[in-house]
Amino acid sequence: MASLLKNARLVDPQVGLDDIADVLIEDGKIAKIAKDIQADGVDDVQDLTGKVLMPGLVDIHVHLRDPGLEYKEDIESGTRAAAHGGITAVCCMPNTNPTIDNAVTVEYVKSRAEQVGRCRVFVCGACTKGREGKIIAEMGDMVAHGAVAFSDDGSGVQGAGAMRRVMEYASQFGKVIMSHCQDNDLVGEGQVNEGAASTRLGLVGWPAEGEELQIMRDIALSRLTGCPLHIQHITTARGLDLVRAAKKEGLEVTCEVTPHHLFLSEDDIGDDYNTNLKVNPPLRTKDDCNALIEGIKDGTVDAIVTDHAPHADFEKAEEFERAPFGMTGIETSVGLVLSNLVEPGIIDYAEMVELMAVNPRRIIGVAPVKLEAGNVADITVVDPNVEWTVSVEDFESKAVNSGFIGTKIKGRATHTYVGGKAMMIDGRVI
Amino acid sequence: MAFNHKNLIDITEYSSDDIMMILKTASRFKSVNERRIKKVPTLRGYTIVNMFNEPSTRTRSSFEIAEKRLSCDTLNFGGSSSSTVKGESLVDTIQTLCSYKIDMIIVRDKHAGVPRQIADTCDIKVIDAGDGKHQHPTQALLDLYTIWEHKGSFENLNVGIVGDIRHSRVCGSLVPALKIMGCNVTLIAPATLMPARPDIMGVDRTTAKLDEVLPDLDVVYMLRIQRERLEDAPFPSLREYSMLYGLNKEREHLMKPDAIICHPGPINRGVELDSYMADNPQRSVILDQVYSGILVRMAAMYLLLGGVDDGISA
Repeated sequence: MASLLKNARLVDPQVGLDDIADVLIEDGKIAKIAKDIQADGVDDVQDLTGKVLMPGLVDIHVHLRDPGLEYKEDIESGTRAAAHGGITAVCCMPNTNPTIDNAVTVEYVKSRAEQVGRCRVFVCGACTKGREGKIIAEMGDMVAHGAVAFSDDGSGVQGAGAMRRVMEYASQFGKVIMSHCQDNDLVGEGQVNEGAASTRLGLVGWPAEGEELQIMRDIALSRLTGCPLHIQHITTARGLDLVRAAKKEGLEVTCEVTPHHLFLSEDDIGDDYNTNLKVNPPLRTKDDCNALIEGIKDGTVDAIVTDHAPHADFEKAEEFERAPFGMTGIETSVGLVLSNLVEPGIIDYAEMVELMAVNPRRIIGVAPVKLEAGNVADITVVDPNVEWTVSVEDFESKAVNSGFIGTKIKGRATHTYVGGKAMMIDGRVI
Repeated sequence: MAFNHKNLIDITEYSSDDIMMILKTASRFKSVNERRIKKVPTLRGYTIVNMFNEPSTRTRSSFEIAEKRLSCDTLNFGGSSSSTVKGESLVDTIQTLCSYKIDMIIVRDKHAGVPRQIADTCDIKVIDAGDGKHQHPTQALLDLYTIWEHKGSFENLNVGIVGDIRHSRVCGSLVPALKIMGCNVTLIAPATLMPARPDIMGVDRTTAKLDEVLPDLDVVYMLRIQRERLEDAPFPSLREYSMLYGLNKEREHLMKPDAIICHPGPINRGVELDSYMADNPQRSVILDQVYSGILVRMAAMYLLLGGVDDGISA
């Protein structure tokens, strides 16, 4: 089985590539990159004139909800959604039921993804058993079975002593600890950003300091233990400053942002109490959004991820204070990044590839994917000119709890290939 | 003049003219409440559901009396009989109620935003009788009515609100309502009881020092302190709270001679008010507030259900 992708603009900063050429895929690998490759004997020929072809994009913060919460999403629907969004690999979070905190559950996710997945699935195991923040999970066994990172995402490790043990122990495996920063004693029942939104809506505030204190703590613990640290879904200007300083100091500290924290603010939560805008950490101020965009420009932000958090419609139809936190995002992130960052010239395609393909793979320590002969053919193609409106009908995910429904977007992914196999062609998931 | 509102949920959607129309209509309903037979057929044939999903005695009684005096049919729904206790979602409950072909829902809920959710779910009129820590617009209206009766106008009146502002739905409506009417608003509380951003409520001044601002105030609005919560308490003891923020006989010399005292009830005697102040015939208008509650609720229901401001007899 061979595929020939013709006439796209190829962008890969890893090999200094930005040129219009053809890509020939054979046996799961890139066989050749050149101008005017002949299509003789090739089954699948795609004319990608006007489109941009890049190393397969990766989203290292995704909730597939499988095992246990399949009514929200499962590995099949979640990876279909990923493919539909132009994502060729995800790293899934362990807050499932049961928790992914041992080798058996890691194996389950991997084998299920092998059978039904439409993209690669890397597994992030829990730091502590049951994500209870107490006893260290069997990280060694999970690593032996392929776990790439560890996180107690969803709540975070509350005790500083417990987090220190987790990072000290993890340092022997060379895997990154991903930290969901939330000081529960300070955050309490916080629902929305403490400030204008909490005052206006009469809801308990979730203060920026509840996030920043743990960022500060975990950077200190990374310094103490030597364990690589990745700050998940960072949302505030001061939090970003802490990461900036840690990087300057030479610590192995990275961070990620989500499109919703970049492009939505607390001001978007109106009197209709739209529960799709209830996310954790909460949408912050417009100034914070601008600071995150500055962080992208100056390289403090390493990765754009979605924190794709599917929930059933009836859960999000509950009262705001009862509805679960989280929004979906994996089908809109590429479009939002093209529309809001690339199109206005805030970043270029090469920087987009760094943020959504190169750095994410480096953070979770998996092999880089490059546009060069001999490399594995994980590829994303985007059409920067297609205009569309985010709508419920368009999703492959089981869930529709997007905070961007109705948003007009310019640009979206049209093709993905994983290991040389087409997962999406012309916007249609295979 | 037309009254163009479908709901009474967010007081900030009301103009000063809208609010004055409710207050003037309320004053016309006074005569009904002072007759021997306190009932008019104004809302005969309308069905109103009182959906109180958290305990409420005063607000609920006030709405019920207002409804009865307007002759509408009512259904009390909620409390222990609430479907939400049985696991039914709010949306399903509302759709069920609306299938009864009712005309209006009066809703009290511990969750902020529920009245708006109801209005967005069904084509029905909604009055917010208090949602979480968000708003309580009929309380604000009855407060305005009482202040209006005693002070004659709102322009440049100095109103101070003392107590647990952060957790107060009363303030969520009262502060913007006072601003709409042209008052100057001062919030008085320790930082542990202040909202994160009082400025966006339109507040003119915030302070932790009651004694410094008391001499300026025309209206002193005392909020109820929740006795229940002791853990994570925002102040060390009721004794110290009362020392710093209690309005008592010792503080009277700081007050303007004609300053009045409001309180949404129920009072914690000896905490935010001593009996001298709570029962002070020259200053306390607390029982007037209770009576005003009947009047403004009759007026709000009447106007929302299509009544005109000049034809109360219907």
